[in-house]
Amino acid sequence: MMRFTTLIKNPADWMTGEGADSSIVLTSRIRLARNVKGQPFPGWAKKDERRTTLDLLRPAVEALPCMKDAFSQELDDLTSVQKQVLVERHLISREHAARGEGSAAVIERRQSIALMLNEEDHLRMQAIRPGMSLRAAYDSLAAVDEDLEQTLEIAFDHELGYLTTCPTNLGTGLRASSMLHLPALVLSDQIGQVLQAVNKIGLAVRGLYGEGTESLGNLFQISNQSTLGESEETILRRLERVIAQVATHERNARDKLLEDDPEMVSDKIGRAYGVLRHAWIIDSKEALNHLSLLRLGGDLGFLPQETVKSCDALLMDIQPAHLQLHSGRKLTPEERDQIRAEIVRSRLQTLEAPDIRSTRKKNGNDPDPEIL
Amino acid sequence: MDCDICGKKAKVHLTQLVGGQIKKIALCDDCAKEKGVTDPTGFALAEMLLGKTPGKMVAPVPPVVQGVGRRCPECGFSLDDLRRIRRFGCATCYATFKEEVNQMLRGMHKGSKHCGKVPAGLMELHERTQRLEELRGRLDQAITSENYEEAAGLRDEIRQIETKAPARTTELP
Repeated sequence: MMRFTTLIKNPADWMTGEGADSSIVLTSRIRLARNVKGQPFPGWAKKDERRTTLDLLRPAVEALPCMKDAFSQELDDLTSVQKQVLVERHLISREHAARGEGSAAVIERRQSIALMLNEEDHLRMQAIRPGMSLRAAYDSLAAVDEDLEQTLEIAFDHELGYLTTCPTNLGTGLRASSMLHLPALVLSDQIGQVLQAVNKIGLAVRGLYGEGTESLGNLFQISNQSTLGESEETILRRLERVIAQVATHERNARDKLLEDDPEMVSDKIGRAYGVLRHAWIIDSKEALNHLSLLRLGGDLGFLPQETVKSCDALLMDIQPAHLQLHSGRKLTPEERDQIRAEIVRSRLQTLEAPDIRSTRKKNGNDPDPEIL
Repeated sequence: MDCDICGKKAKVHLTQLVGGQIKKIALCDDCAKEKGVTDPTGFALAEMLLGKTPGKMVAPVPPVVQGVGRRCPECGFSLDDLRRIRRFGCATCYATFKEEVNQMLRGMHKGSKHCGKVPAGLMELHERTQRLEELRGRLDQAITSENYEEAAGLRDEIRQIETKAPARTTELP
């Protein structure tokens, strides 16, 4: 069985984003909610009933082909920092971390498939992939689902579909979502309009950090709300179409910003670089917002393309529990801000200053940027 | 027609498709202005006016139908519990509180009937159950009309299906 330190030591496959274009759509995630027949739902079950369900589920889950040598732990056996690290990595939910006895997490070695046992439902399964790949994520999780159906009796009704604790998940029990980086739509004040349009067709949008459209780091999550009355295929197809449209809007907004207001863009990216390279104390909010701009700089050619990936890794690593894990002790908020700044500085140590001149030339009328 | 909010004479009539259902709202001038209905950039007005906030999907409070003390025979979950936590106690609760479920589901999803993946083996089971029901119905009819030859044939067919054991039984009671 894989240990916590081994699991966390390496970044997840979907974080390094190998081979996928994650410049706008960072990740795609699928979640399925399932319950076994004849057992009360976790929130209503008594302690011993939760235990019975867990004893029923865990062997079936651990026997899955993808869970060979997986990480498998009862939440009670993890420290609060360890649980928080899993939450920050999106491997378990905040609600799951708060649950005590009889709950467990089983996570595939590469962290691309994670199963929560006795969360709000008996089983909450998720698959994450880098870039725009909802379909691939769904396929991998559907295979897990089918495997489990061979050994577990899943609660299902022909009218209501998969029976879930909360009626908002009935039917397919499917929640599909993508995380998008939309700095140009935010800078050009178009974000409100775009998000309203997305909301209007019944999809949910929320900032990944912070509330509403005031999203920190310009990161947004778009997901389906309705789970009953439409097939998985229909849900995925609509979501893919809308996400592709939002990504196109962002791409156009980036091009337009560069064309209309190169001074402003250069200034923002330059300042972000300056702060991140030289700050000694930095809180989450400031770090997230500057990393967002640095990431944009990487995509627009002000900085090397790899900057995008470095920023994504940093987004994960500068979160409070990750910082505590990194330093191996409990930290005061002041200490956290110092260690955060230290990590950011050391990661960006070799990053050269943004190449404002060449980018602007390249974006101007110069037919051959190679001459520079 | 009167304004749906304050009851004064309605001037603005709004029709919008929300989740496949037509919602009609009548408003007086003042309420229309207050709710921003005259603002052409406004959206999802019906949802806003009907108090449904898009983006935040919270299960509605289930209505009181009758017998507040009713309990699920399987897990002991009561209607009071349902009203309090807006979640269910076990899979059987969906059958126990069928009426409440139907009311809660109104407008919550794009539809009210599952459309999509079915657990492996369940589809066959479902078809088998339906086929058996159909045959038994025809058998009853045949007996009533004293058509014993057909009845015998149907009886044999039912027996044949029944002896092939189902893979499993994962239906709601």
